[in-house]
Amino acid sequence: MTETPAATAQLRSIPALLARNAAQLGTRPAYREKEFGIWQSWTWSEAADEVRALALGLLELGLAPGDHVALIGRNRPMHYWAMVAAQMCGAVPVPLYQDAVADEMAYVLGHCGARFVLCGDQEQVDKVIEAEASAHSVDRIIYTDPRGLRKYDHGRMDALADVQAKGRAARADIAAELDRRIAALDYDSTCVMLYTSGTTGRPKGVVLSNRNIIETAKNSAEFDGLGPKDEVLAYLPMAWVGDFIFSIGQAYWTGFCVSCPEGAHTMMTDLREIGPSYFFAPPRVFEGQLTNVMIRMEDASRLKRWLFHRFMAVARRVGPAILDGRRVGAGDRLTYNLGKLLVYGPLKNTMGYSRIRVGYTAGEAIGPEIFDFYRSLGINLKQLYGQTEASVFITQQPDGEVRSDTVGVPSPGVEVRIGETGEVFYRSPGTFVEYYQNAESTASTKDAEGWVATGDAGFFEEDSGHLRIIDRAKDVGKMADGTMFAPKYVENKLKFYPDILEAVVIGNGRDFCAAMINIDLNAVGNWAERNNIAYASYQELAGHPRVYASIREHVEAVNRSIADDPMLAGCQIRRFLVLHKELDPDDGEMTRTRKVRRAVINDKYADLVTALYDGSDSVKTETEVTYEDGRKGKIRATLRIEEAEVMGQSEARKVAAE
Amino acid sequence: MSEAAVLDAAIVDTRPVLMDLKNITLRFGGVEAIKNISFDIREGEIRAIIGPNGAGKSSMLNVISGFYIPQEGEVWFRGEKRGPMKPYQVARLGIARTFQNIALFEGMSVLDNIMTGRLNRMKAGFLSQAIWWGAAEREEIENRAAVERIIDFLEIQNIRKTPVGRLPYGLKKRVELARALAAEPQLLLLDEPMAGMNVEEKEDMSRFILDVNDEFGTTIALIEHDMGVVMDLSDRVVVMDYGRKIGDGTPAEVRASQAVIDAYLGVAHD
Repeated sequence: MTETPAATAQLRSIPALLARNAAQLGTRPAYREKEFGIWQSWTWSEAADEVRALALGLLELGLAPGDHVALIGRNRPMHYWAMVAAQMCGAVPVPLYQDAVADEMAYVLGHCGARFVLCGDQEQVDKVIEAEASAHSVDRIIYTDPRGLRKYDHGRMDALADVQAKGRAARADIAAELDRRIAALDYDSTCVMLYTSGTTGRPKGVVLSNRNIIETAKNSAEFDGLGPKDEVLAYLPMAWVGDFIFSIGQAYWTGFCVSCPEGAHTMMTDLREIGPSYFFAPPRVFEGQLTNVMIRMEDASRLKRWLFHRFMAVARRVGPAILDGRRVGAGDRLTYNLGKLLVYGPLKNTMGYSRIRVGYTAGEAIGPEIFDFYRSLGINLKQLYGQTEASVFITQQPDGEVRSDTVGVPSPGVEVRIGETGEVFYRSPGTFVEYYQNAESTASTKDAEGWVATGDAGFFEEDSGHLRIIDRAKDVGKMADGTMFAPKYVENKLKFYPDILEAVVIGNGRDFCAAMINIDLNAVGNWAERNNIAYASYQELAGHPRVYASIREHVEAVNRSIADDPMLAGCQIRRFLVLHKELDPDDGEMTRTRKVRRAVINDKYADLVTALYDGSDSVKTETEVTYEDGRKGKIRATLRIEEAEVMGQSEARKVAAE
Repeated sequence: MSEAAVLDAAIVDTRPVLMDLKNITLRFGGVEAIKNISFDIREGEIRAIIGPNGAGKSSMLNVISGFYIPQEGEVWFRGEKRGPMKPYQVARLGIARTFQNIALFEGMSVLDNIMTGRLNRMKAGFLSQAIWWGAAEREEIENRAAVERIIDFLEIQNIRKTPVGRLPYGLKKRVELARALAAEPQLLLLDEPMAGMNVEEKEDMSRFILDVNDEFGTTIALIEHDMGVVMDLSDRVVVMDYGRKIGDGTPAEVRASQAVIDAYLGVAHD
C-alpha cells in the first residue's frame, strides 16, 4: 500500500481502516455472498454504510463500551459487519465455533459475560436459550436468518435487519455518540477476543488488540504482496484466529474482497466459481480434494487416465522447479507447458485454483505427496506456523524456499528462539495482550520480556534456517528404555495415507509403541465399493479383515521409515487396533480444530490401551457417543488387536534382554 | 389432554374451512374403497390421514386432489362445490402434491424439476419462449427467483444442478416437496413424505413440513405411517380403516380412542 506516514498514523483501528477503504476504494467490491444462486456483492462504501447502520442499531439497543458481543454463525458478510460494528461501539466481538454444543457455549458466554449474542439462525438461538440456564449475562439476542423464529418471544430478540433499520432511524440522535466512540479507539484497545480450543482444560479467551491485528496484517500482506485486487473465500470457522486475520485484518488493511459461500456444503462449488487468488486451507481440505481427483480419475476413460498419469509424472519431476523459477531443460519446459494446456490447467480449474497466487496450509503436518502434487501443478502452496496467541504468524515460507517438512523462517517482525528444553518461543507485535480474566495462565505463557512459549518442540535447520516442528513439547516423552517418544511425528506419517483419517500413538513410559487408528470412511468406503466388499456400518467396515490387512501394511511401511532415524527408531508401532468410531469433537476426543486430546482418549479408552499392552487378541468395549443435538448414546464393539512387524530393533531388544 | 393442546385445538376450530368433504363414497367396480366419509380441512392446519395398509388413505388423497371422482358425496373447496376437473385446473386452484413413489424427471436437474412446478405461472407465448425475449425472459427470471427461494428454504443449494437420478432417496423426496412448493399452493398434499427414510431424514423432513406451514401459512394434508411423526406434526388427525372413518380429532384424542387402538393393534378374538 502507498500510505503516507501521517495517514498510517491515523489507521489505529479496524473502523478507521474501513473508513479509509470506503473513501479510497469506495467502488471496489468488499464483500460477496452467494444467496439465492447469485453472487450478491457490496462495495467498500456500501459495506461501510451497512456496518454503520448496524453500529447505530447496537448503540440504540444499549451496547456499552467494554461489553462483549458473542457471535455464532457461518461466514456471512453481515456477521463480519457485526464484529466491526461492535468495535465501533467500543465493545469486544467474541466469535464462537458454530458447532459448539450448548454447555461449551454456556461456559464461554458466562466467562466473558456476553451481554449481546448474535446468532446466525434458529439452531444457534436455541442453543443460546439453552445455555442461558447457566450463563445469565445475556440481555439481547440478535439473529440473521428469521426462519422458524416467528413464534419466539421477541421481548429481547431482534432480527439483524431490524437492528439496522432502528439504527438508521435513530441516526440523527446518536450519530455523534457513535463518532465519539469510534474516535476513542486506539492501537491498544481490544480488537477481538478469541477462545482457544485448548487441547487441555477449559478454553481461554485470547485478547488481541488493534495493534496485534493491524501490525500482523500489514507485515504478512507485505510478505506476500497482497493488494486490493486479491480475492479470498471466507469459509473457515469465524471463531478461528486465521479467519479473523485473513477476512478482517488483511482484508481491511489491503482492501481485498472477501467472498462467502452459500453454505458449508456448497463450499467446493463456490470455490470454483470465485477462483480466489489468496487461499488458506488446513491439510485435510487439500487431502480431500486430492482424494476426489484420484477417485474421479479411476472412473475416467482410458485416454484421459493415460494423459493424466503421463503428464503428472512430468509435473512431479519439473513442476516445483518451474514454480520456484529454477532452471529447467527446454524439452521438459515444453512438455510441462503442453501438460498445462491439457491437464494441469483444466484440473486447477475444476478445483478452483486457476487464479491462485498464494496458498497456505497450516495447523497440521501435510503429507509430502499431497504438498508436492499441488506445487507440481503450479499452485504456490506454502506452509506457515502460528497460533492464536501470535495473531497467527510465527514462521512462514518465503516464495522459492518451500518444503513439506519445514514451516519456514520467522515472519516479518517476529523473533523466534528455541528454549533449553527444545521448546519454541516467540516475540512479535502480534503477541496477545492477555488471557481474559486469567492472569495466572497469562503469566505462565508470556514472560515479562514478551516471550511466549508455544508449547511446541522444534529446531532450526542449520543450512536453511528454517524451523522444523517435532511435536507438542508436553507430548514428547521417553520410552521405558529411555529413547525419545514423539507421538505426533509417527501419527503424521500414518495420516499421510489417505485411508487413515486419524491415529493416536501411545508409548510414553512403556516398553513399546502402540496405535489406535481411525479409517477415513470416504477413502476406505470407496475402496470397499471397488472391491465388492459389503458393509452395513462404519463399525463393520473398520473391523473388516482386509481393512486391517491394508492398515497393517501402512503401519509396517511407517515402521520402516522410522527405523532409518536413529533418534526415533524406538517409536515403531508394535501393536495396533482400528477404532470402531470416528474421534469427534462432540465427544470431547478432539478440539474443534480437530486436534487429538490425548488425556481424554487415554482415559476414555483405558480398556483398549490395557488390551494393547496385555497381549490379548481382541477386546470388548462400550463407548459413549454424543449426537449432534447433544443427546448421548452408547455403542458396543469387539475390536481385534494386530501385531505389526518392527524393523531392526527386535534384535537389539533381545540382546538387551539377555 | 394438556392445557396447551386444548388451546391449540380451540385455535384450529376457529379457523375457516378450506376444504369440506361431505359423505364421500368411492367405488372401484364392486369394491368400496371409501365408505361415506366426511371431514374438513381448515385453513393453515396440518391435517393427517392415518390408517393401516389398504385403509383407503391414498384413495382419499386422490379424491382431495381431484384425481378420483367419488360416485357419491360432495367436495367443497374455498366455499364452492367442486365439479370434475382436469389436473391442471386443480393445480390452478392452488392444490399441489407429492407422491408415495417419487414422480420426478430423473434426467433433469433439481433446478429444472422444481421449475416445472412453476409452469402454471408462465404465460408467455410460444414465439416469445422460443427466442427467449420480452415476456418469456422476464417470467423466467421471476420464476427462477421464486424457485431459488425454495431451494434456499429446503437447503438443497449444493445439488441445484445435479440430475435427480443421481440423488439418494431422501433428497429426491425433498426435491419433490420443493417442486410442489414451487406452485405456491394453498393446500399441499403429501403422500407418505417420510416413507423409507432414516431417523435423521425424518427429523429434517418434519422440520421442513412445520416450517412450510409456519412460514408460508400453507395448509397441509398428509398421509403418514410413522405414528410418532404424525402425533408431533399434525393439528388434527383422521383415522381410516377398511374405507371407513373410525376416528377424527386432535392427536391426543385419537390416541385415546378405543376404535383406533383396535384397528392398529388388532382385537383379540376369543
